[in-house]
Amino acid sequence: MTDFDIIIIGAGPAGMSAALTAANGGLDVLLLDEQPHAGGQIYRNVKQNHSKQSWFGKSYSSGINLVDALNHIKITKCFGATVWRVEANKRVLWSQNGESKVSTAVHIVLANGAQERPFPFPGWTLPGVMTIGSAQILMKSSGIFPKDSVLVGSGPLLYLVATQMIEANCPPKALLETQTLRMMINSLIHLPKALLNMKSLIMGFMFIYKIKSAGVPRYKSVSRLEAQSSVNGSIKFLFSHKGIRKSLTTKLLLIHQGVIPSTEISRSVGVDHSWNTSQLAFQPIIDKWGKTNIDGLYIAGDCGGINGSEAAVLYGKIVATKILYETGKINFNLYKKQSFSISFSLFFTNSIRLFLDTLFAVPQETLSPSDETIVCRCEEKTVGEIKLGLNEGITGVRQLKASIRSGMGQCQGRMCDAIVRGIMLNNISQNDINILAPKARSPIKPITLGELSKMKLD
Amino acid sequence: MKTDSRFKTLIKSTNDVNFTLFGEIVTVPKGTTLAAAILSNFGEASRITETGALRTAFCMMGVCFDCLVEVDGNPNIQSCMVLVHDQMVVKRQIGLRSIGISKDD
Repeated sequence: MTDFDIIIIGAGPAGMSAALTAANGGLDVLLLDEQPHAGGQIYRNVKQNHSKQSWFGKSYSSGINLVDALNHIKITKCFGATVWRVEANKRVLWSQNGESKVSTAVHIVLANGAQERPFPFPGWTLPGVMTIGSAQILMKSSGIFPKDSVLVGSGPLLYLVATQMIEANCPPKALLETQTLRMMINSLIHLPKALLNMKSLIMGFMFIYKIKSAGVPRYKSVSRLEAQSSVNGSIKFLFSHKGIRKSLTTKLLLIHQGVIPSTEISRSVGVDHSWNTSQLAFQPIIDKWGKTNIDGLYIAGDCGGINGSEAAVLYGKIVATKILYETGKINFNLYKKQSFSISFSLFFTNSIRLFLDTLFAVPQETLSPSDETIVCRCEEKTVGEIKLGLNEGITGVRQLKASIRSGMGQCQGRMCDAIVRGIMLNNISQNDINILAPKARSPIKPITLGELSKMKLD
Repeated sequence: MKTDSRFKTLIKSTNDVNFTLFGEIVTVPKGTTLAAAILSNFGEASRITETGALRTAFCMMGVCFDCLVEVDGNPNIQSCMVLVHDQMVVKRQIGLRSIGISKDD
């Protein structure tokens, strides 16, 4: 006898919609999330911000519907809950308020989302350099807005956050974009298909129009990025633009280079992963129902490959629909009908993806930064040190970890795995690369021995 | 030397929490994460690495572990993942946590 029918990890768009679909179909759901409230990063604090003035747009406020619907008799919600071990036998070990707990279920849905791609350049570890996603989290959850910031990088989030900052009357001083003309040309071949998701395209143009109207200067094709600390804790940011070395001084440099799936849980439980060549990241191998190679373990949303929040809601639905059918809660006809309609919507939503992946491609200098750049923020290891290791014959991530210590710190490789991969691809012959996804082991988040000792086992 | 916050507080609240942050008494709205409270009050580092490098919160979502501080005597606390509470005492984390028993162990 298990505690629940389904345990869902992550209460973002995918997790919330999976929980609702499953609960409405009559299954008992345990929904776990590390944050204090439901919503994930995209709808972060949407409930708490509901009655207040909003600078975040309609798409954000619409998240309230999912959050409110979670008040369902069949859904047990636990927030501030850190999952640190998931087992193939569908046992989940998690920690809350300094105490570890065990929960079991017949099915597990991983919906733990994505993280921003590490965006290394010299000086990216200095105080005053943060990610654009982190600034948006502060805006949404604490009502604090960046002062005279400079935004650097690439991706839709850059424009969205710039627009939200303009709405809140805290416009950025400048937008420095790593997107090149070549990336724009390369993306054109995918534009016809992207037209099927006209809504997102129009939204993108609206953001850019607002940024233009607000008079925020945009520098395109910037390269050779470097941050230095300056007077009073300011950041002096140097970059090359149209062949000229330029600099801007700012209190807050906000950086972003797209997002990549969070795969620590799926890797640790033994799900097979593959390298996504257009998104340049590892992702779990799943079928169209979110099924993995492990029986009863499903994956929904961006942790299964980046497709955005709208798609994540649909993936959550389709996974839960499959589980409802497999547990006999819905009949074959209803299952076929519902999954067809979800797949149909997904086709249109995802039609923009290749266009976006090409338009906002990761620049070469991010994949293989200059030698003095810190790769592993925890252990303070540089690109030069990694290259030295590679020259000495290291061919895999595990060897690098053991000899250089990159990836051995507190973040357990979350910040450096993707960078190390890029450096390896650029510095050793393709045939020599051990292209397997790096191993992840539980506890996949650090826990104290005290937390472990308080665990109640039956 | 104190560096001013790099952020501007736009949403004011009346429901406040008072606690000790880096030796100063600060007031922030209830429900604020500790990392947000630090960033809205200080512009300088909240952590110093083993080699002496200065760091502040970077990702705000529990990924990077750069926002580690000491809370009520317990080191290695991700400040972006905990909410502030009254009478909390927060110190900068200098270097790696020392080996020994922390308060809650």
